[in-house]
Amino acid sequence: MKSIPVSTTINGDACEFLCAPDETLLDALRNRLGLTGAKEGCGTGDCGACSVTLNGRLVCSCLVLGVEAEGAEITTIEGMADGDELHPLQRHFIDHAALQCGVCTPGILVAAKALLEKNPEPSDEEVRYWLAGNLCRCTGYDKIIRAVQAAAAEMRGA
Amino acid sequence: MSLDEYRKREFKQVGQRVRRPDGVDKVTGRAMYGADATAPGMLVGRILRSPHAHARIRGIDTSAAEALKGVKAVLTGADLPAQEDDFIRDVQDNCMARDKALYDGHAVAAVAAVDAATARAALKLIKVDYEVLPHVTDVDVAIKPGAPVVQKGRSLENVPAGMSENVTSHCEFGHGDPAAGFARADHVVERHFRTAATHQGYIEPHAALASVTSDGKAELWCCTQGQFFVRTLCAAIMGMEASQLRVTASEIGGGFGGKTTVFIEPVALALSRKAGRPVKIVMTRDEVFRATGPTVHTSTDVKIGMTKDGRITAAEAHLRYSGGAFPCGTVDMGAQAAFAAYDLEHVRTYGWNVLTNRPKEAAYRAPGAPQSIYAVESVVDELCQHFGLDPIDVRLKNAARKGTKSSYGPTFPDIGLIATLEAAKKHPHYSAPLQPGQGRGISCGFWFNFGGNSCVSLNINTDGTVGVTEGNPDIGGSRASISLMAAEELGIEYDRVRTIVADTSSLGYNDVTDGSRVTFAVGLATIKAAREAVRVMCGRAAKIWGIDAEAVEWKDGAAVPAGPNAGKFPPMSLAEIAAVSFETGGPIAGHHEVNVDGAGVSFGVHIVDVEVDKETGQTTVLRYTVFQDAGKAVHPSYVEGQMQGGAVQGIGWALNEEYIYGADGRLQNPGFLDYRVPVASDLPMIDTVILEIPNPGHPYGVRGVGETGIVPPLAAISNAVSRSAGIRLSELPMSPPRVLKALGG
Amino acid sequence: MVKVRLWGSLRQAADGRTEVEVEARTFKELLDRLGETYPGLAPQIARGVSLSLDGVIYREAWFTEIGPESEVVLMPYMTGG
Ligand code: FES
Ligand code: FES
Repeated sequence: MKSIPVSTTINGDACEFLCAPDETLLDALRNRLGLTGAKEGCGTGDCGACSVTLNGRLVCSCLVLGVEAEGAEITTIEGMADGDELHPLQRHFIDHAALQCGVCTPGILVAAKALLEKNPEPSDEEVRYWLAGNLCRCTGYDKIIRAVQAAAAEMRGA
Repeated sequence: MSLDEYRKREFKQVGQRVRRPDGVDKVTGRAMYGADATAPGMLVGRILRSPHAHARIRGIDTSAAEALKGVKAVLTGADLPAQEDDFIRDVQDNCMARDKALYDGHAVAAVAAVDAATARAALKLIKVDYEVLPHVTDVDVAIKPGAPVVQKGRSLENVPAGMSENVTSHCEFGHGDPAAGFARADHVVERHFRTAATHQGYIEPHAALASVTSDGKAELWCCTQGQFFVRTLCAAIMGMEASQLRVTASEIGGGFGGKTTVFIEPVALALSRKAGRPVKIVMTRDEVFRATGPTVHTSTDVKIGMTKDGRITAAEAHLRYSGGAFPCGTVDMGAQAAFAAYDLEHVRTYGWNVLTNRPKEAAYRAPGAPQSIYAVESVVDELCQHFGLDPIDVRLKNAARKGTKSSYGPTFPDIGLIATLEAAKKHPHYSAPLQPGQGRGISCGFWFNFGGNSCVSLNINTDGTVGVTEGNPDIGGSRASISLMAAEELGIEYDRVRTIVADTSSLGYNDVTDGSRVTFAVGLATIKAAREAVRVMCGRAAKIWGIDAEAVEWKDGAAVPAGPNAGKFPPMSLAEIAAVSFETGGPIAGHHEVNVDGAGVSFGVHIVDVEVDKETGQTTVLRYTVFQDAGKAVHPSYVEGQMQGGAVQGIGWALNEEYIYGADGRLQNPGFLDYRVPVASDLPMIDTVILEIPNPGHPYGVRGVGETGIVPPLAAISNAVSRSAGIRLSELPMSPPRVLKALGG
Repeated sequence: MVKVRLWGSLRQAADGRTEVEVEARTFKELLDRLGETYPGLAPQIARGVSLSLDGVIYREAWFTEIGPESEVVLMPYMTGG
């Protein structure tokens, strides 16, 4: 199979890569672009560890083809902080001990940011349902929900 | 070692909720996990797995795969050496089958190729000639004489005659005369229980990157709970010297016991040796489920007698555990843990391990204990309901305490069970009103906790900061806890200390991160290493002052003269001593190597409220509170995190998670869609109450906290379901279909 | 002499007893004496045993001292998760 050139924007920067027609966006990000922040926990859309946004929409990058990124705007966990200034979600995840092993964390942060952009004042239940596609096996979610709410409160105040 | 006894003290650093050192890397996507590393010229390794539950491998034809362009190496069991030692042979055979495939998903061959597509294509070209054999996947079937035999000749001398050859070991614990005890009971309940195998379910699949060079040296990068044990196993399998194999533990995306052994690591090494290039293997989720460690699945009978005022007169349990296709000692621990929470005059547990055509069991949080304690705590609850007694009162009345001869033999020293039960009883959750249709359950839980081999090296930098090097992968914030203990002992601020995890060439042997040992044992080694550094620093100050070393002591991060006779000198801080260390004798460090004992047992009590939907059979967890004795919580947030995470894994086990095998012996649900772990929307907040009953065997009183939390949810939820819906289920998980069936729907 | 409590399934290997007495001052001596006096225990000792001494569990530690009044309980070698 011949590789296909793809032109896209990743975390605000123009970016070009070659990928096989059946290659996932997740594999392209990880293996071709060195953006290993998105993780593969399942490859079947069940764990959310590979979450990124594609034209502002939250997607499982393991279910998107690399070629679908053509002309699109992609954001990944690597683009969440502003230089060395952490995003409030990132800061509150550390302060609330909302990660243990941390392998789910990139996906959960990307998903939580997408939620807060849509709904700056979610209820706990809305957070839980929004994050239902992001598995965390370590924390039992309690501290994740608290961290998201603390970040949301700070972002509303700011 | 002599026990380093607990001494009461005021903590300045320990107990603070500090930021973990790996936090920023982990929230920015920079942390390097198993699958995130690459090497120049790296090949992709992939594994061919048996589609049969049980089959003799008559031959494997790899010629077509080898001929495929881009394939650089093909491996089968024949490429690995014969092993003398049973334990090593089992590990190796589990990584790559030799003459028989013993379960669906058992590795039979592997390839290394230039890319994933070529590797996948090569696997399709490998022809395995299987002779399919009868299989058995259920413990109650496998134990019967006449069942298909998974492996011959594996029974230990302690197995009574006349049982199936699948029974590999037998154990018995306890004391007293249960028959006499049962005779004194006002009521005796005897019940049969079964629990499904569950998977640890870490989100990061196993990954390994191996590079073997032609001079016989090797580098291995992998996600593991114990890089030193990986080295031991891989060196034995590869026929290498330990010094030639350097294993580096990546950041680890969860383990829970499942990453305490090897699966793909020796395969990656062997492929790399054959291909002469680095090889990376990353498991798919399907492979993780089919071929890595689930728990045992179990069948249990429990019999308990009680007087009408709630005193247990005798207790007995028969446990049949299957750890899959290889011998497994987990039933020993289940049998010892079963009645650990009780002070019993007459108690006996019997255990059998049984081979089945399932993957080799790997440890999972408190291995063996959740299953047996589930059965015991269910029967205790049934007795409480029978007599109309309060379940916490009954447990208090029978609780193990200091001086109790435990059901597994030893007499308990200071333990925290009674305090934990009392805390649960007076917590508002326990007396909160319930709505009609809701039920509240409680259960106790227990784990032994371990110490183990630990090496720590602590360096005082000339700018007054401190580097700690330890050898245990950090799964849940242990680097922060280790830094806190070093800072405490040295009398400096936490952020002056940085702790890193070393590879196998940089430090002496460390046991795997298991048994809730790290904060306890590595913490103890850290404290000793810090004391060693303090001794050196006091010596340097003494020299500078021109007094005897004995006349100097360490206080609040500085050397001070010990008493008025030592002379009058202003305190000399760690930073001041460090700054002149080159002039006063050279770099300053402390190190400590020890096999730690004296881990204190840990008890927990959980309270849960549930509601059962009688239409759908769905059980909703409404409120959950965990009470656990941590000895001393070094970093309270991560202690809470262990308690919450363990509880939720137990909730999953109780309600949803199970390995489902078809009649063909194949795993039916090897993915997160069908093997359903709890998601955020399934759960309420998990409240935690940390008790601190100091462990007499640790200078700060620390006990392990990682494992106990998974034990109580199984029975607590079952007990709550029984009180909510009036049905006593005796099989886990209590999935909606089972609940509906029990409701007669 | 120290009294050693064995777990139930070791009974057959120890003349039907679950409590035996041996002359030993350390964990190692205890294991050696047990193996010599009751050869049936040797396979289990080779597979690994833990020792509880006055309620504290030791998984290895040959030179752990055992006093004549110590409570000594033999346990299977244990691992965690
Ligand atoms: S890896 Fe994409 S959802 Fe799991
Ligand atoms: S922190 Fe480990 S999976 Fe979420």
